[in-house]
Amino acid sequence: MVLTRVVLNQADIDRALTRIAHEILEANKGSQDLVLLGIPRRGYPLAVRLAAKIAAADPTVDAAAIVGQLDVTMFRDDLSHQPTRPPYPTQLPRTGIDNKVVVLIDDVLYSGRTIRAALDAIIDLGRPRIVRLAVLIDRGHRELPIRADHVGKNLPTSSSEKVRVRLEETDSVDGAPDGAPVNEVVIEATA
Amino acid sequence: MAEQQQHADNSAAYLIRGAAILGGAAEDLLIRDGVIAARGRQLDADGAGVRDATVIDARGLIALPGMVDIHTHLREPGREDAETVETGTRAAALGGYTAVHAMANSTPVADTAGVVEQVLTLGRTAGWVDVRPVGAVTVGLAGEQLAELGAMADSRAHVRVFSDDGICVHDPVLMRRALEYVKAFDGVVAQHAQEPRLTAGAQMNEGEVSAVLGLAGWPAVAEESIIARDVLLAQHVGSRLHVCHVSTAGSVEIIRWAKSRGVNVTAEVTPHHLWLTDELARSYDPVYKVNPPLRTDADVQALRAALADGTIDVVGTDHAPHPSEHKECEWAQAAMGMTGLETALSVVQHTMIETGLMGWEDFARVTSTAPAAIGRVQDQGRPLEAGEPANVTLVDPAARWTVDPSKMATMGRNSPFAGRELPGKVVATFFKGHPTVLDGKLNTPYRWPVDAVDAGPAGRRP
Amino acid sequence: MRHLLSTEDLSLHDAIRILDTAEEMAAVGEREVKKLPALRGRTVVNLFFEDSTRTRISFEAAAKRLSADVINFAAKGSSVSKGESLKDTAQTLAAMGADAVVIRHWASGAPHRLAATDWIDAAVINAGDGTHEHPTQALLDAFTMRRHWSKLAGTPSAGADLKGMRVAIAGDVLHSRVARSNVWLLRTLGAEVTLVAPPTLLPIGVDKWPCAVSFDLDETLAQGVDAMMMLRVQAERMNASFFPTTREYSRRWGFDDNRLRALDSLGLKDTIIMHPGPMNRGLEISAAAADSPRSTVLAQVRNGVSIRMAALYLLLSGENREPAAAPVSASASHAANPNLTYSHQESH
Repeated sequence: MVLTRVVLNQADIDRALTRIAHEILEANKGSQDLVLLGIPRRGYPLAVRLAAKIAAADPTVDAAAIVGQLDVTMFRDDLSHQPTRPPYPTQLPRTGIDNKVVVLIDDVLYSGRTIRAALDAIIDLGRPRIVRLAVLIDRGHRELPIRADHVGKNLPTSSSEKVRVRLEETDSVDGAPDGAPVNEVVIEATA
Repeated sequence: MAEQQQHADNSAAYLIRGAAILGGAAEDLLIRDGVIAARGRQLDADGAGVRDATVIDARGLIALPGMVDIHTHLREPGREDAETVETGTRAAALGGYTAVHAMANSTPVADTAGVVEQVLTLGRTAGWVDVRPVGAVTVGLAGEQLAELGAMADSRAHVRVFSDDGICVHDPVLMRRALEYVKAFDGVVAQHAQEPRLTAGAQMNEGEVSAVLGLAGWPAVAEESIIARDVLLAQHVGSRLHVCHVSTAGSVEIIRWAKSRGVNVTAEVTPHHLWLTDELARSYDPVYKVNPPLRTDADVQALRAALADGTIDVVGTDHAPHPSEHKECEWAQAAMGMTGLETALSVVQHTMIETGLMGWEDFARVTSTAPAAIGRVQDQGRPLEAGEPANVTLVDPAARWTVDPSKMATMGRNSPFAGRELPGKVVATFFKGHPTVLDGKLNTPYRWPVDAVDAGPAGRRP
Repeated sequence: MRHLLSTEDLSLHDAIRILDTAEEMAAVGEREVKKLPALRGRTVVNLFFEDSTRTRISFEAAAKRLSADVINFAAKGSSVSKGESLKDTAQTLAAMGADAVVIRHWASGAPHRLAATDWIDAAVINAGDGTHEHPTQALLDAFTMRRHWSKLAGTPSAGADLKGMRVAIAGDVLHSRVARSNVWLLRTLGAEVTLVAPPTLLPIGVDKWPCAVSFDLDETLAQGVDAMMMLRVQAERMNASFFPTTREYSRRWGFDDNRLRALDSLGLKDTIIMHPGPMNRGLEISAAAADSPRSTVLAQVRNGVSIRMAALYLLLSGENREPAAAPVSASASHAANPNLTYSHQESH
């Protein structure tokens, strides 16, 4: 039997993202050279939401112009241990990433292996001035020396638990059972 | 001493109890001294000679005249890596045969009296069935010059069937001459009907499947046009023609027409053409590569109907063993041919008897009586009556078995029926009164009298 | 998808998946670093029993862009020309640890044999077998057509099929593996195909294929064509009575300057001209047609690398090299066992 516990609801997610948006601006001392790259699938909609919040805080920013998607599938270290994954598109902002401040966005930080793959993927695409990392959830259990610069919520978990992020952009149609709420983060534990 | 024992073996008596003769009423057969000594219900066990007879309980079994294959490739001499006369005739005995016609495409080709006598001697030394050598029509199967047909006919091998099988005698003048010439000794030309220009590089039946598979097509017309020509030639010169392995519905129509006009033509169909179709080529597994190729289901149905109504006279196996490396390769590289001796009975039972198209009497006609008549094999294909030679096959029609080529007696592993469950099993084969197969297993070979075996070519008599 | 042997048995799902993956691979070709680490440590063998520099280097480039190790095994000058069998060659490659075998063979069905036997346990990609199939060629053709078709419609090509597109394929269909693979794949993708050829160069049984057949190229063009694909005429057909002379062939079935002009006068301004190469200029296609802005010949070559990267990636990257479950069964398994559907998330 699976026990489900909601840890962030829609309002919590929104507040966390607002806070991260401000932290990003503060760390960067403004919106200069900022590029937000979301990691598919759920990192990308979070990046879009963050870009909107940054644009709301700084009217000189065109949200669509600073956000992109970075697929890391081909750079994973577990390709031969998982079923085949078709790649998602990589789409960079028109300005590119050379000499930019790239903020990688993902939903959950766990082992750190996805971020390791993302760093390799970025280097094949260009040479950013700085790379930072923002995640909605940091659930611990790192397997690589990687940490997040901005965290929506630190969530101590057991590794037997599952952390599920459900977003309306990715999960409202086919990602969740009919009628299941979206825009929330839950922990599932098997009892 | 050993010889005496074998002699004694040959002359042992057997009482077959309660076999359905040609699938009819159950009767007993007493076999002694190479002949059927008596036939009847409840033969008196105390009657003369019966007391020491080995009794075989044949209730539920069918007694058939020993099967005669009009078309077998024994490969020896020359390709002993594919089959030998010994292994091929063991397979024949296990398949219920008491005679096989060994095709001429050996190395050297059986186109002289010397080679056909060598094959005859090999067959008699083996002793499992009567090996009847087929002589080549042309020297080296080259289609250019008639082989010494008369010398082969007059040889100890007594050849009556002549064929360039594998290759068509496509020159119409040469075919006419061959048909005419063999009349001198009541021979028959067995034609492999395949127009060579229409089948250059051909890999499989030309049709829907070949179009998809991109394998060069083998049109039905390449077979039919030669048969049409040959039946007209046979009519013109008044000769006897046998058509090997008929494979198309169109060929059936031509032969039916020729017979209706009184042409002296007989025709043969293989067990595999009665069942398998070109759909199997979709696997690209060369075990299904054969000459003539597997055709369509419409052809299969036409062949079955023709065998049932007598348009096609006989079932010939075209047993063609190949070493595994000739099949474990690309389709285009692979050799053509399938084994058939050990599956023929079961496949004919499955396709003709269990479909209700034929009975066991018809089976005896198409697998024994008719082929023996075509080959002029005097002591085979005879009725199961007292005084007749004791060439008898006992079949369990209720048995079911799964084909496993690795367990066959033939050296060829190229059975297209591998893995299929087939009905009918040969329980015993009596060749000249001697059981070459008992309990479904090889027993011992028949021992020919010494001078019959060793009477080789002049000067070789020991 | 364990092997890529033909398009005849390629499902719509798998076809779209390959085309979509190729779109992502194409993006890599436009980057400064044209390389992905996805197949690091994997060995791809190009096993060519027939000369084809173009196809071989296309596969080689694809494998190398995915960081695979590439071994080129040309049958000429190797033990194969000394009579080694396909079985022995395959077992040799297996012993060397080949993960994928890209095979070009003159014999139809040779890739099927490799895939169906236990000679080698590698993924098999058919790079053209006899007169049977050439699936990656058809996929790159479809990729080229889809990009064109989507651009015309103003919609993204990812996920799209070719519904409604009218494709004519002209030439030696009888001996063409490209034509066969295209007919099956284009049917699957929803295009309407017309084969145009002299009757001597159409296989018996073509009437059962999912396409129209015409003996008249001008009539076919007049009825409207969105993509015109010309097939190469092999030199060895010219002396085998398939057609009287090359001049007559060219006049009746070649894409010459008159037919190029006819596209304009017929108002077919968006029709593309395709050719799998290598071209016989002046025979099945005129120089003006081959070099016109309508020609996609070079785009096809470019797209070939992307398609082959996609095929290699999809066949070689997975754990069991089986496709992910189809959408329907995915949602079913999701309900039963959420761990499976979301496992991707767990590696964060």
